[in-house]
Amino acid sequence: MIRLDNLTKVFDTPKGAVTAADQITMEVPAGEICILLGPSGCGKTTSLKMINRIIRPTSGKVFINGEDTTGLNTQELRRNIGYVIQQIGLFPNMTIEENISVVPKLLGWDKTRYKERARELMRMIALEPDAFLKRYPSELSGGQQQRIGVARALAADPPVMLMDEPFGAIDPINRAVIQDEFLKMQQDLKKTIMFVSHDIDEAIKMGDHIAIFRAGRLEQYSRPDELLANPKDEFVESFLGEDRALKRLNLVKVRDLASENVATVLPEEDLQTALNRMDDHGYPGSIMMVNDRHQPVGVVQRPVAQTTKGYCRDHFETVPTMARLDDDLRKVASLMFAHDMTWLPCVDDNGRLCGQITQRAITHHLGSRYRVQQAETIAEV
Amino acid sequence: MPLQNMRGALRLLLIIFVFVAGVWVQASGTIEELLFYLPDVKYLVGQHLWLTVMSGGLAILVAIPLGIVLSRPSMAHLAESVMQVLNVGTTIPTLAVLALSMSFLGIGTLPAVFGLFVATLLPITRNTYAGLKGVSPALREAASGIGMAPLQRLFKVELPNALYVIFAGIRTALTINVGTVPLAFLIGAGGLGELIFTGIDLYDPLMMLAGAIPTALLAISVDALIATTAFAVVPRGVNPSRA
Ligand SMILES: Nc1ncnc2c1ncn2[C@@H]1O[C@H](COP(=O)(O)OP(=O)(O)OP(=O)(O)O)[C@@H](O)[C@H]1O
Ligand SMILES: [Mg+2]
Repeated sequence: MIRLDNLTKVFDTPKGAVTAADQITMEVPAGEICILLGPSGCGKTTSLKMINRIIRPTSGKVFINGEDTTGLNTQELRRNIGYVIQQIGLFPNMTIEENISVVPKLLGWDKTRYKERARELMRMIALEPDAFLKRYPSELSGGQQQRIGVARALAADPPVMLMDEPFGAIDPINRAVIQDEFLKMQQDLKKTIMFVSHDIDEAIKMGDHIAIFRAGRLEQYSRPDELLANPKDEFVESFLGEDRALKRLNLVKVRDLASENVATVLPEEDLQTALNRMDDHGYPGSIMMVNDRHQPVGVVQRPVAQTTKGYCRDHFETVPTMARLDDDLRKVASLMFAHDMTWLPCVDDNGRLCGQITQRAITHHLGSRYRVQQAETIAEV
Repeated sequence: MPLQNMRGALRLLLIIFVFVAGVWVQASGTIEELLFYLPDVKYLVGQHLWLTVMSGGLAILVAIPLGIVLSRPSMAHLAESVMQVLNVGTTIPTLAVLALSMSFLGIGTLPAVFGLFVATLLPITRNTYAGLKGVSPALREAASGIGMAPLQRLFKVELPNALYVIFAGIRTALTINVGTVPLAFLIGAGGLGELIFTGIDLYDPLMMLAGAIPTALLAISVDALIATTAFAVVPRGVNPSRA
């Protein structure tokens, strides 16, 4: 857990005092990622660096796991906080292995232990240990260097991590890959992380909480869904962008909105049965046909069922596309638009049909917050 | 391509020239006459090297710590003015430095070593300082942020990353030092200058050459030695010549 208590930093500059952070108070629960987000110069980096005292606070306190860090020895404090700096900052004079082992060595681990740890970390960040450990940073690509930077911060398994735009230097495609890898790691590692970004999509994807900064002040501190649904003021609203409702789609998984009961037909049933079942369930256009393992194999269209006699197995069309339970709604919406469909069948990891998701369910979900808000406003009046 | 052709041609010319010169020297009996000075040369090379090692060694021992101290943030207010003084110092001719040091310390080895020491000190200090100042702030921040104490940071990050520049300073300084030691003869410290200056005085070109050629060879060897050491010592990641 990281808690900032009225943390303030005033820089004395020749042109007068600059308040880079103004009474920042917030708390990041243990095991969560908090994203510091905001326009350039709003004080994100300053706030982050006050936590490990790269920048001395003018006033205010930092608590880590409930303990006031003011009294702690600076080096001790820092060795227990993983730090990924914005400029990567790998030591060019050291091999990758030496870079990763720096903190374990400072902590006095023995050789076999830190060497083994280096290999373990390399596997974790998906770089082949034998190919990379003996290289120097200058012999790696920017993205690889950035991963090593993260590995170095993770080396001594610190409970708390500070990361300043750790994936900033990577192209969008690789960035998405690294973000995914990082989130997967985080599921096991459960670090408490402060993460600076100025990319809203990254913040929504990675953050358990998002802190929006503006000119040294903390404007809003909320969970991503809450933030997107209820921006506190116009600044936050404009910062999030006019497509913020669409951004919320990233946050919801198919499994959250899929309706479980979905009617199907079997290949050996006849078209009349299919038609009746569509009527019973109120399906306007079509019905899924599944095999004996309940995997979707085709779609029977209503016009066909109305005009033709015979068995489903002879009169179906292929399934244009399906959603997986772990897909996010953004992908689903995209698939629906691409295939001109108003619903998609949902399948589990074994490819079995387990529900359906409709455009209506999606728009309803996005609107529900809004309606709750309206209701509250009316109630207050 | 034209450039390479040109180089090839030049190299060929040089080889022919050396060959012709060799033949001429051999034919005229110059080599034998030069060998006459061999015992002297051996003794004087020893003296010469000793002067270099003493003054150069002392200079390294003083200059590197001095450069380190000046590069510390707490010295920032002083450092620039000290470096200015050192830079002005560099412009004073070594002969003048030797003369000054003689007027304080008298005649002999001591003033020579001191004068050479002063002349050698400057380039090494300057490069040490510049090398350390040139280490990127991001590296320093990463080192501190990771939990290194100031001295750990200096030895594990700053010095290794400045090492190449520091070595360049040592290389320049010692090469100049070896080439300057002959002047030490003028204040009575011996060295190969004895042959060179006596040769000039007596209008004996062979004697002069007997001093000049070993001096040149020494300078080249010292240069090569330090270059080799730098190649071996500076880590591959920060060593442009090993990239
Ligand atoms: N050492 C310093 N001296 C004076 N002012 C500073 C110093 N460091 C930062 N500032 C000022 O403090 C404010 C906040 O800076 P900070 O680096 O925290 O911004 P940021 O939110 O990280 O921006 P960016 O997204 O561009 O990195 C800026 O106005 C900056 O000019
Ligand atoms: Mg910043």
